[in-house]
Amino acid sequence: MSKKHVAKPLTGKSVLTLIRDNSVPIMFILICAVCIPLSGFSPAYLINELVTRLGRNAFLILSLLIPIMAGMGLNFGMTLGAMAGELALIFVTDWQIWGIPGIILAMIISIPISIVLGLFCGKMMNMARGREMITSYIISFFMNGVYQLIVLFMMGSIIPIKHSSVKLPRGYGIRNTTSLLNMRQSLDNALAINIGGVKIPVLTLIVIALLCLFIVWFRKTKLGQDMRAVGQDMDVARDAGIKVDRTRMIAIVMSTVFAGFGMIIYLQNMGNMATYSAHTQIGMFSIAALLVGGASVEKASIGNVFLGVLLFHTMFIVAPTAGTIITGDSMIGEYFRVFISYGVITVALVMYETKKRKAKSRIGQELARAQKEADAQ
Amino acid sequence: MGKTENIRLGEKTKFRELVDNFGIPRLIITCFLLLLFIMAPMVGADLPTQLTNTINRFSWNAVLVLAMVPMVHSGCGLNFGLPLGIISGLLGGTIAIELGFTGGMSFVMAILIATPFAILFGAGYGWLLNRIKGGEMMIATYVGFSSVSFMCMMWLLLPYHKEDMVWGLSGKGLRTTISLEGYYSNVLSKIMQIKIGNLVIPTGSLLFFGVLAFLMWAFLHTKTGTAMTAVGSNPTFARASGINIDRTRTLSVIMSTWLAAVGILVYQQGFGFIQLYMAPFNMALPAVSAILIGGASVNKASITNVILGTFLFQGIVTMTPTVMNAVIHTDMSEVIRIVVSNGMILYALTRKTEGSK
Repeated sequence: MSKKHVAKPLTGKSVLTLIRDNSVPIMFILICAVCIPLSGFSPAYLINELVTRLGRNAFLILSLLIPIMAGMGLNFGMTLGAMAGELALIFVTDWQIWGIPGIILAMIISIPISIVLGLFCGKMMNMARGREMITSYIISFFMNGVYQLIVLFMMGSIIPIKHSSVKLPRGYGIRNTTSLLNMRQSLDNALAINIGGVKIPVLTLIVIALLCLFIVWFRKTKLGQDMRAVGQDMDVARDAGIKVDRTRMIAIVMSTVFAGFGMIIYLQNMGNMATYSAHTQIGMFSIAALLVGGASVEKASIGNVFLGVLLFHTMFIVAPTAGTIITGDSMIGEYFRVFISYGVITVALVMYETKKRKAKSRIGQELARAQKEADAQ
Repeated sequence: MGKTENIRLGEKTKFRELVDNFGIPRLIITCFLLLLFIMAPMVGADLPTQLTNTINRFSWNAVLVLAMVPMVHSGCGLNFGLPLGIISGLLGGTIAIELGFTGGMSFVMAILIATPFAILFGAGYGWLLNRIKGGEMMIATYVGFSSVSFMCMMWLLLPYHKEDMVWGLSGKGLRTTISLEGYYSNVLSKIMQIKIGNLVIPTGSLLFFGVLAFLMWAFLHTKTGTAMTAVGSNPTFARASGINIDRTRTLSVIMSTWLAAVGILVYQQGFGFIQLYMAPFNMALPAVSAILIGGASVNKASITNVILGTFLFQGIVTMTPTVMNAVIHTDMSEVIRIVVSNGMILYALTRKTEGSK
C-alpha cells in the first residue's frame, strides 16, 4: 500500500523530468510535425534529403563528443579542423588527384595541420580555463583571419600552387569557389544502394559507424577514462595523478582531426567549396544540431548526434517552404531557421550555466550544514 | 659606480614595468599605427585626409566602445551582447523616421524612442545574466545572435510603411540599408565643424561623445558607480557591505544596452545609412577589441582605455588599406583587421592574472 503510494508520484515526476530533460528535442518534433505537412514535400523526397544530410553532417557532429567528455564544453574550435580539411582539399585539387584516392590523401594531409591547430587551440583553452567556450569561439575567428592570410596571399606566392584553374587570375591566392567536381560524392556513390528512390551512401555511413565504434571503444580506454575524470572534476583528477592539461590538449586535438575528416566528407558531398566561407557557419550548425538532439554542454551521446541530425535537418529542409506558405515571404523561413539555430544554442548554454550554479550553491549549502554539525558536536 | 648601476637597474625595471603594464600586443599595435602614420606621406597618401578619416571613424564608433565600460565594471565581462542594444537603437531610428520626424529632430526622437526599448531589453538581459554568473560572455554572444536573427524576421513583419524605408516593389518589409539623407545624417558632425585645409574635425560628434564619456566618468565616481566597481572587483566584499549585487549588475547591463543604442545612432549619423538584418551581427567584436587594445582587461576598463583604444583600432582600420595598397599593391587590410582584433580578444581572455576562474 505504502509502496504504491510512494511509487505513484515518482512516476509522475519521472515523466515530468523526462519531458524537461528532453524539452529541446520535443519542441523540435512539434515544429517538424507542424511544418512537414505545410511544406507539402513528399516523404520520399524528405527521406532522401535526410539520408544525404545524415551522411554529410554526422561525422562533423561526432567530432564534438570528445571535448564534451573531457568537460571542455562545446568545441567552437572545430572550425579549425574544418579549415585544415579545406587546406588539404585545396592541395589535393591542385595536384589533380581525384575520387576516393583524393579524399583519402586529403584526410592524410589534414592530419598534421589539424594537430598543429588543435595543439594551439588546446594551449589557449588551458590558459583560459573556465572560459573555454568563448575562447574557442574567438580562436575560430582569429584563425579565420590566419586562414585568409594563407589562402588569399601565401598560396601561389610562397606555397606552390601549380594549377591555374585553382588560382585567382592575379597569380596568387585561391579562387572564391574551389570546384571539387571530380571528387563529388565519390565516397557516397561507392557502394551506394538505391531503395525505392532513396539513395543510401553505404560507404559514408560505414565510415561514420567506424567513428562511432571508435568513440565507444575510446571511452573504455585508459585515456578515455582519464578524460571523463578530468571532465568531472579537474582537481580530483590531478590528485589522482592524471596530467590534466595534457589530457585536455589530446581531447581538443582529436576533435580537431575528426572535424577535419568530417569537413572533407561534407565537402565531397557538396561537390564544391566556398573557399573563404565554407567553414564559418559549420561550427554553429553542427553544435546546434547536437543540442537539438538532446545533448547538453556537459553530456552528449552518439544517440544525440543522430537524433539531432534528423530533427535539425528536417527543420532546415521544411522551414523555408513552410515559412513561405504561412507568411507569404520566402525570407521569413530562412531567417527562422537561423534564429532557431542560435536560439537553441542560447537556451542550452543558459540551462548549463544555471545548472552549474545550482550545483555549486548546493555544494556550498552542504558544506555549511556539515560545518554546523561539526560545530554542534 | 655601484650606485649608478643600481639606478640604471631601477630604470630598467621601471621600463619593464611600463612595458608589462602596457602589454606587448598593445605596444606592437601602437608602434604599427605610428609606422603607418609615418609611412603614409612617403607612399603619397595625404596625411590630413587620413587623419580626418581616422577622427571621423573615431567619432562614429567611440560611443559603442564606451558601452563596454559599465558591464566590465560590474564584473559581467565584455559585453558580447552589444547587438541587443544596437537593435534598440535600430528600433528607435526606424520608428522615429516612420513617425515622420526629419533632420535633427529625428535624431533626438530616435534616442528618446530607443530608450524604453533599451531599458526593457537591458532589464531582461540583465536578469538572464544574473542567473548565469560566471558564464556571461558566451551567453551574451548568443543572446546577441539570437536577437539579431529574431529581428531579421521582425524587420520584414513589422508594419512599417514609410516609402523611404520599405522595399519599393512590395511596399512592406524594411530595406537592408536605409539612407539617412534628409533625416539625421551628419546632424552631429555638422555642428561647429572645423575645416583646416584637408583636415575636417567633426566637433559636434566628438563633443557628444565627450559629454557621454564625462557623464560615465562622473557616474563611476558616485555612490552607485563605486558600488558597481565594488561588485565587479570583489562580489563577496560588496555583499558584505550591503550592496544589492543583482540590482547593480542589472543597472550596468541596462546602461550598457542604452549606450549601445545611442552608439549605433551616432554611428549611423556619421555613416549616413541605417543597416538592418545581419549587419549588427558582427558589431560587437570590433567594439570589444577596441577597448581591449586601449588597455582594458576582462574586468578593468576606464574612459582612457575607450578613447585610446578606439583611436588605435580605427586608426589601423583606416590607415592599413591606403598604406598597404601603396606598398604591396594588395588589400590585406581586412585580414590584418581580423587577425589584430581577434588576437587582441584572445590575448585578454588567456591572461592568467585577471578574471575569476
